[in-house]
Amino acid sequence: MIHLAWLVPALPLLGMILNIFVGRRLGRKGVGLLASAAVGSAFLVSLGLFISLGGLPHGVHQAEQTLFTWIAAGSFHVTVSLLIDPLSVLMSLVVSGVGFLIHVYSIGYMEHDKDYRRFFVYLNLFVAAMLILVLANNFLLLYVGWELVGLCSYLLIGFWYEKKSAADAGKKAFLTTRIGDVGFALGILLIFVTFGTLDYSAVFSQAPKLLQVGGTTATMITLLLFVGAIGKSAQIPLYVWLPDAMEGPTPVSALIHAATMVTAGVFMVTRTHVLFELAPFSQSVVAIIGTLTAFYAATIALTQMDIKRVLAYSTISQLGYMFLAVGVAAYSAGIFHLMTHAFFKALLFMGAGSVMHALDGETDMRRMGGLIRKMPLTGWTFVVAWLAISGVPPFSGFFSKDEILAAAYHAGHPILWLIGLITAGLTSFYIGRQVFLTFFGRSRVAPDLEPHVHESPSVMTWPLLALALLAAVAGFVGLPSANGSLIQSFLSPVVGGEGGGSFDLLLALLSTGVGLTGIFVAWLMYSAGVVSPTRMAARVRPLYNLLWNKYYVDELYGFLFIRPFRRTAAFLAEIFDPWVIDGAVNAVALVTDGASRVIRVWESGYVRNYALSLLAGAVIMLAYFVLR
Amino acid sequence: MIPLSHFMILSAVLFTIGVLGVVLRRNAIMIFMSVELMLNAVNLAFVALARSLHTLDGQVFVFFVMTVAAAEVAIGLALIVVLFRTKGTIDVDEVNLLKG
Amino acid sequence: MITIPPVHLAVVAPLLVVGVTALVVMLCDLVLPANERTWLAYLSLFGLIGAMLIGTQLWGRQTSTFSGMFLLDNFGLALTFIFLTVAVITVLLSVAYTSDRGLVRGEFYALILFAVMGMMIMATAGDLIVVFLGIELLSLPLYVLSGFARPARDSIEAALKYFLLGAFASGFLLYGIVLIFGATGSTNLLQIASVLTKGAHNSVMLYAGIALLLVGLGFKVSVVPFHQWTPDVYEGAPTAVTAFMVAGTKAAGFAVLLRILLVAVLPVRDVWLPAIAILAVVTMTVGNVTAIAQQNIKRMLAYSSIAHAGYILVAVAAGGAAGTSSAIFYLLIYAFMNLGAFAVVIAASRGGEERLAIRDYAGLARQRPVLAAIMAIFMLSLAGFPPTAGFVGKLTIFQAAVQNGLTWLAVIAVLNSVVSVFYYARVIVFMYMREPEGEPWPAVAGDGRRMLALALGICVAGVLLLGILPTPAYQAAQTALLNIL
Repeated sequence: MIHLAWLVPALPLLGMILNIFVGRRLGRKGVGLLASAAVGSAFLVSLGLFISLGGLPHGVHQAEQTLFTWIAAGSFHVTVSLLIDPLSVLMSLVVSGVGFLIHVYSIGYMEHDKDYRRFFVYLNLFVAAMLILVLANNFLLLYVGWELVGLCSYLLIGFWYEKKSAADAGKKAFLTTRIGDVGFALGILLIFVTFGTLDYSAVFSQAPKLLQVGGTTATMITLLLFVGAIGKSAQIPLYVWLPDAMEGPTPVSALIHAATMVTAGVFMVTRTHVLFELAPFSQSVVAIIGTLTAFYAATIALTQMDIKRVLAYSTISQLGYMFLAVGVAAYSAGIFHLMTHAFFKALLFMGAGSVMHALDGETDMRRMGGLIRKMPLTGWTFVVAWLAISGVPPFSGFFSKDEILAAAYHAGHPILWLIGLITAGLTSFYIGRQVFLTFFGRSRVAPDLEPHVHESPSVMTWPLLALALLAAVAGFVGLPSANGSLIQSFLSPVVGGEGGGSFDLLLALLSTGVGLTGIFVAWLMYSAGVVSPTRMAARVRPLYNLLWNKYYVDELYGFLFIRPFRRTAAFLAEIFDPWVIDGAVNAVALVTDGASRVIRVWESGYVRNYALSLLAGAVIMLAYFVLR
Repeated sequence: MIPLSHFMILSAVLFTIGVLGVVLRRNAIMIFMSVELMLNAVNLAFVALARSLHTLDGQVFVFFVMTVAAAEVAIGLALIVVLFRTKGTIDVDEVNLLKG
Repeated sequence: MITIPPVHLAVVAPLLVVGVTALVVMLCDLVLPANERTWLAYLSLFGLIGAMLIGTQLWGRQTSTFSGMFLLDNFGLALTFIFLTVAVITVLLSVAYTSDRGLVRGEFYALILFAVMGMMIMATAGDLIVVFLGIELLSLPLYVLSGFARPARDSIEAALKYFLLGAFASGFLLYGIVLIFGATGSTNLLQIASVLTKGAHNSVMLYAGIALLLVGLGFKVSVVPFHQWTPDVYEGAPTAVTAFMVAGTKAAGFAVLLRILLVAVLPVRDVWLPAIAILAVVTMTVGNVTAIAQQNIKRMLAYSSIAHAGYILVAVAAGGAAGTSSAIFYLLIYAFMNLGAFAVVIAASRGGEERLAIRDYAGLARQRPVLAAIMAIFMLSLAGFPPTAGFVGKLTIFQAAVQNGLTWLAVIAVLNSVVSVFYYARVIVFMYMREPEGEPWPAVAGDGRRMLALALGICVAGVLLLGILPTPAYQAAQTALLNIL
């Protein structure tokens, strides 16, 4: 089975090529089915790889498949080889599995789009690129996947390029992640300078010998690699592209936020954990940036009214958790959360997409409400995702988030743990607010749309159900047992059997409590408060007081928390974001543009000026050569 | 016998005059003649060096340079004529459509 | 008594074939009726491919003739193959171009062939004087070809600027040759090397000579600050000629630069290395930064070619086997990418009217999806995205630089190629993410469309093949060095 590993990235690529060349003849249905089948079969092959990993001889946990020698330039030898080990197989399962569901969902979601075929071509390429990224066995191939993913995200975010905002968002994503990519490329260059090779196995085995713990080289390499991760995984300060990325079609957001692209950074840090462990400073940087991002993005999410924007900030925040995990060397916890997050975040996005589908593209939550009555499947699966992300046991998010927080606590970072805990509360609050505003309470849907609100077709709801199931139960692979959880022992050949993952009942209760508090507060404010007072009054008298109190609490809360929060959040969203961060990006563009214009003046068009600068050049050359 | 350095200095002076002519003149033909002056400065240096190094090579090279210069004249003058026909001038400062 | 040295005509056989073909083309032009001129293109292709076949027979041999004036080695042959490939593609795309623009004149192909002959002479030259002759044989036809679209004003302007500045630069080159001759007593590349190894030379004169030689060659390969003719000439010249110049002249110039720097004056590498490294940095940076502001696609590609000259200079600075072979390899890739991009410019035109502004490419993806996809491949390759050839080419160059202790140069090159993405991506943005302006431009049926399609096909195949399976070509580039003379 292992020798079929090449099929995993090859099948989506094949789907893409077939759709390019014969897609026109297949018709709309055929295009979508072909693309989905390609990714689905990649998932099946990954499943086969997963099974055959268990069939490897005892003590062997990885296999390599060399497809061909890509570049052989003297001592510089790069092969196109795939590394099949627990980490890469788990990642390809998540990528192709969630990717498959998103493909199926897109068949329904994109049904009326005029560029149906182009969409699936990009989508297949995107999945293939991500699979190349996770299966690579050397840094160069990793880089290839990395760049291809960036390119595809650009194409997909700007898919509706007629919309200026979409085209701009695509550009923003491309440019911002590009800044990270520079760091990443330089990091790889430095690895090559240091080790003389780019193969994972060679680099990782030589690293302890060639690099000093805490030495400059190790720190430089890891920091540069992390710069790449910051760009791809949308961390402070390069996260700005992700909220705008929802300008793309919703399935694309689901794919970018859940299965591909943003997880690349977390995966890469885990993959290169050998290097990071030699650089404690970099590890702290990773953990601190992750935690700060988690908190920061969560505060912004509190105030957003756009259904997808809330989710976008939520992704940034959850990625922060993953970086916190890998920063405190709890790699399996990070990857575990990556996996559960893939399930519930894809579910959230696709649920949001389903809502938008029903409401003719409406994204403002103030014009929703009560939708669960008309869209029960979408609504209830959304609720499952909400419980999962809020860390309510026994849903999946509980296990993974709890493991991260416990790891942070036990690794001796109580402050990071505390911030993470508060963020958990904020998370369950803002998603809860979203759930109540969208699905419960009185309908605020525009009257002309109201009669048309309908549940999405089954091609869209089946993926929702599948993901809801996963989001509900996937946590059990993280169920603590005597020798670590299932996922821990599965990943331990790659990341080592780290400690700290031990279950801590007190911490678990605490984080569950915080999560539930968040939900409760959301309910108080957005469900109890929004439900029509007359109906409420008619039903239960005492709730009147609660309502009153609600109003009071709202005021108090607004005075105590929301206003300051809102101010901070508004400051972050409206001042800091566009002026400081976008400003920096624009400044770079401005400087290049300005320099470009100055140089153009030099290019005056006059022959004699050209001769003069040629002469000046010649004089400088002569002066250098003669006087040196 | 005149020492080699005299020849080389003369050659350098001629070359510099040619270079300055290219940079300072506006008439295409004058620029072109200045280039020819540069080439002849090279020829002078070749001949002088050949003599001082006691090798014939340098003298032979002069013929190559002269041949190439002649070909260059043919093409250069043709181009200048075409320029004059389309623009009515051979002032190179008037030739300024392409820039930036 | 004078003994006539033995002459091996076999050494210069490809050269002779191309030269004879050029003469035959000129003669046929006299007899063929005006509407049968496509035959001249076929004849040229026949000669070029014949020269290639003869070249393959010579691969691996190592000798010299005409008293060391011409060398036969794999280095020269490898570059000869590049020139011949460039010429074949140029001829293929010229038929459509010349008939669209009403430029069907017989001397076109003859001039191209003579220019190719000049390039081949440059790559196989064993003596500075032959180098000079090769450069002139290359340049003189190009002066004429640049002005081939007369009486179009920009074409004549391009020709005049190219001519005046080219002649000026030749003066510097020749003076450099004279100084080196004076310092070492020879113009033969191998003898210069042996004199320098012994240390029996006049160093001030030698260094001044090298400086001026670099000025002259730097002009040919568009190194900043000797590059200013490039955008004007590339914009004004007929597009088919520009394509030929971009790909061919650069390869020929670097052939000479490599041979001189890495064979003849290698013993004084310490002296010229810093200068080459600085020139590389300046060239890359100026080329890339200026390209960003360009609105005309030919001009943008001209600045991009300047930037690429900078990357190749990095390889030259790296030197050694890795540097040289990566330079040869990159020249091949570079030729495919640029010829391809210009072929798209030609193919996207409407009769005689070309899409010259980058704006004109808006919505090309909708009107001509295949052409747009092909252009996107070339742009991605120029920007150095995997899995195209441009990525592998840059990678081998950077790797060579790192291996030879020039990590800082590699870092600057990496940063530069990031900047370059801005303007290449812009073309893709226009093609894919903008609605077309004005009425659509349909594809025009005309002469030579099949040949144009073939040229595009060769370039796409080259860019993808060298990106995905680069090893055979790269190893050929490496064996090209095993017996450099």
